[in-house]
Amino acid sequence: MNRYKTELMVGVFVLMTIAAFLLLALKVANQTVVTDGDTYTLYAKFENIGGLKVRSPVKVGGVTIGRVNAIKLDKDDYSPVVELTIQSEYNEFPETSSASILTSGLLGEQYIGFEPGFTIDGVENLAEGDYIEDTSSALVLEELIGQFLFSRNSEE
Amino acid sequence: MQSNMDYLVDVKNMTFSRGERVIYDGISLRVPKGKITAVMGPSGIGKTTLLKLIGGQLIPDGGDITFDGESIPAMSRKALYHNRRRMSMLFQSGALFTDMTVFDNVAFPLREHTKLSESIIATIVALKLQAVGLRGAAQMMPSELSGGMARRAALARAIALDPDLIMYDEPFAGQDPISMGVLVKLIRELNDALNLTSIVVTHDVTEVLTIADYIYILADQRVIGEGTAEQIKGSDSELVQQFLHGKADGPVPFHYPADDLRAAFLGESD
Amino acid sequence: MNWIQQTGRHTLERVAVTGRAGLMLFGALFAAPSLKNIPLTVRQLYVVGVQSLAIIIVSGLFIGMVMALQGYTILTDYGAEGSLGPMVALSLLRELGPVVTALLFAGRAGSALTAEIGLMKATEQLSSLEMMAVDPLRRVVAPRFWAGMIAMPMLALIFSAVGILGGHLVGVDWLGVDAGSYWSIMQATVDWDKDVINGVIKSLVFALVVTWIAIFKGYDSIPTSEGISQATTQTVVFSSLAVLGLDFVLTALMFGIE
Repeated sequence: MNRYKTELMVGVFVLMTIAAFLLLALKVANQTVVTDGDTYTLYAKFENIGGLKVRSPVKVGGVTIGRVNAIKLDKDDYSPVVELTIQSEYNEFPETSSASILTSGLLGEQYIGFEPGFTIDGVENLAEGDYIEDTSSALVLEELIGQFLFSRNSEE
Repeated sequence: MQSNMDYLVDVKNMTFSRGERVIYDGISLRVPKGKITAVMGPSGIGKTTLLKLIGGQLIPDGGDITFDGESIPAMSRKALYHNRRRMSMLFQSGALFTDMTVFDNVAFPLREHTKLSESIIATIVALKLQAVGLRGAAQMMPSELSGGMARRAALARAIALDPDLIMYDEPFAGQDPISMGVLVKLIRELNDALNLTSIVVTHDVTEVLTIADYIYILADQRVIGEGTAEQIKGSDSELVQQFLHGKADGPVPFHYPADDLRAAFLGESD
Repeated sequence: MNWIQQTGRHTLERVAVTGRAGLMLFGALFAAPSLKNIPLTVRQLYVVGVQSLAIIIVSGLFIGMVMALQGYTILTDYGAEGSLGPMVALSLLRELGPVVTALLFAGRAGSALTAEIGLMKATEQLSSLEMMAVDPLRRVVAPRFWAGMIAMPMLALIFSAVGILGGHLVGVDWLGVDAGSYWSIMQATVDWDKDVINGVIKSLVFALVVTWIAIFKGYDSIPTSEGISQATTQTVVFSSLAVLGLDFVLTALMFGIE
C-alpha cells in the first residue's frame, strides 16, 4: 500500500544522514587535509614541552603546516621527543631551522612555532626522520618566577 | 492405545496455580477427534488459561497434557513450535494485527510458514475469506471492521494453515444475535468441512448446546459435569442446573462470602 | 525483621526483572536472523527514525541558534567571537547532539514503542503470534530494536549538523561573526576521533539503553490500560535518567582522563 512511500522516506533519511556526516567530516572537523595529504615526519627534542598535546598545530608565521603526531620520552637522557607530521608541500626547510613551543594568547593552547633557518651552501634540507637541532622549550611560569626571585636575591 | 487415537487432546490430572491462587486442581478432560467439545463455566475460572495450557504458553504445575499422543509440557521449544502449526486459536479480541489489512492478516501464517508463491497465497486467502464471508473486505484495515467481522477475519486467519485443532476463546462474547448465529454456523460448518477438532470455551449456554458434541462444565477448579447436550440437560447436579438456567442463587451463592449482615449493621456480636 | 525480609524480596524481584530484560535482549539480538526481517526493520526505521526527524531538526536548529546567541554575548566581552564556531560545534558534537537526541528519542519513539508493544500484548497479538508458531521476539522485538540502534546515531549526526548550521545562521548571518573564522577555527579545534567519533559512540550506547528499556517495558507491561500508561511513563523516566547518568560516565572515560 504505502510501502513505496515508507521506503522512499527511509531513503531520504539515509541521504540526510550522509549529508550531515559529510558536513561534519569536511567542513567541521576538516578530516581530509591533515591525514589524507602526503606528509613527512620530523622529530624535535625539547627540555620541557609544557602543555603541548598530541594534535597541537605546527605553525610557520601563524600558518599551520602540520601537527604533533606523538610525544615520547627519550630513554637515554630522559628528555621529551616530539614527533611532527608535516605536509609534504612544505618540504624545503633547511637544517638550520628551529622549533619552539609557544602559547597562543595569554591563556591559549600551546603550539609549535617553526622558524625556517638560513640557507647557505652545505646546508641540506630537513628530510623524513630528521631531528630539528635548534629547539627552545616551553616557558614554565613557575621556573620563570623562580629564576626571577633567585636573580634578585643574588643581586642584593 | 486406542484412546490415543480417538482423542486429540488429553488433559490428565492437571494442576495449575497462579501465585497463591489455585486455578485447576487435578482436572482431567479429553477432546475427541473431529468433534466439537465445549468447555463451559462461570466467568473468571480460567477457561482461557486452559487453552493457553493446551497451546503450551503456560506450563502446568502437575499432571500432563498430550496433543496427539505427545506431552506438551515435556516438548522442546522447537517441537512445540512445530506442533503449534497444527493448532490454532481464535482469541476473544480476534487479535488481528492492526497494522495490516485483512488480506495480509490471513496471508501472514502462510507467508511465515510456507514457501508458496504470492499468487497461490492470494488464492488461498481468497478461499479462506470466502468461507467466512469476508472476501469483499480483504483490503480493509482491522479498525474498520465491526466486532463480529473482526472475529470472522481472525477465524479465516486461524484456518489458513488447515490446522488439526482449533480453539475458540469466548467466540460469542459481546456479539449481537445475528453475528452470533453466523459464528455458530461457521464453527459447525468449518468443523465438518475441514475435518477439524474444535474446543469452544464459553459461557453462552444456548448457543453451545446446539453445536457441541460433548460438553464439560467447570467450576471450583474441577469438572462438575460432562456429557452430550442431552445428558447435560438431564443432569441432576444442582450446580449444572443452576448454570444452565442462569439462576441467581444456588450452589454458587449470590452473595460473595461476607460476615453476617445483622452483625455488620447492628454491631451485634455473638 | 520485616524490613529485612522486604529488602530481600525487593532485591530478588529486581534481579528477576533484570534477568528477564537480559533474556529478552539476548533473544532479540540473536533471534535467528532471516531475510524477512529486513523489510520489517526498514518499516520500523520509518516509524522510529523518519517520524522523529521533524522534532530532531527543529530542536537542533533552535539549540544551535540559542547557543550562538548566548555564546556571542559572553565571548564578545573577551573579544573572542572567533571562538563561537568551536564552542557551538564542540558542545553539539560532544554533549548536546547525543544527549538531547537520546532524550527526544525516548520521549518521541521510546514511549511509542512501549505503548505499541504493550497494546499488542493487551490485545493478545503477541499470544496470537506465539500460537501461530511465530516467535514474537524475532517478529516484533528484533526489528524494533535494530531500527532504534540504527536510527539514533543517524538522528544525532543530523542534530549536530543542523545545530552547527543554526549557529552559523545566528552567529554569522545575523550577529556578523566572520564566516571564515566561524568555520576555520572550528576546523582547527574539532578533532575527528576525539569529538565526532566519540559522539557517535555515545549515541550508540544511548540507543542501546533507550531502545532496550522501551521495548522491555512494553514487553513486560501489565496488559491493562493502567499498566501500559505506567510502562510508557517509566520508559521516558528511566531512559532519560539512564542517558544522563551514562553520559557522565562516558564523558569521564572519553574526555576526563588524558
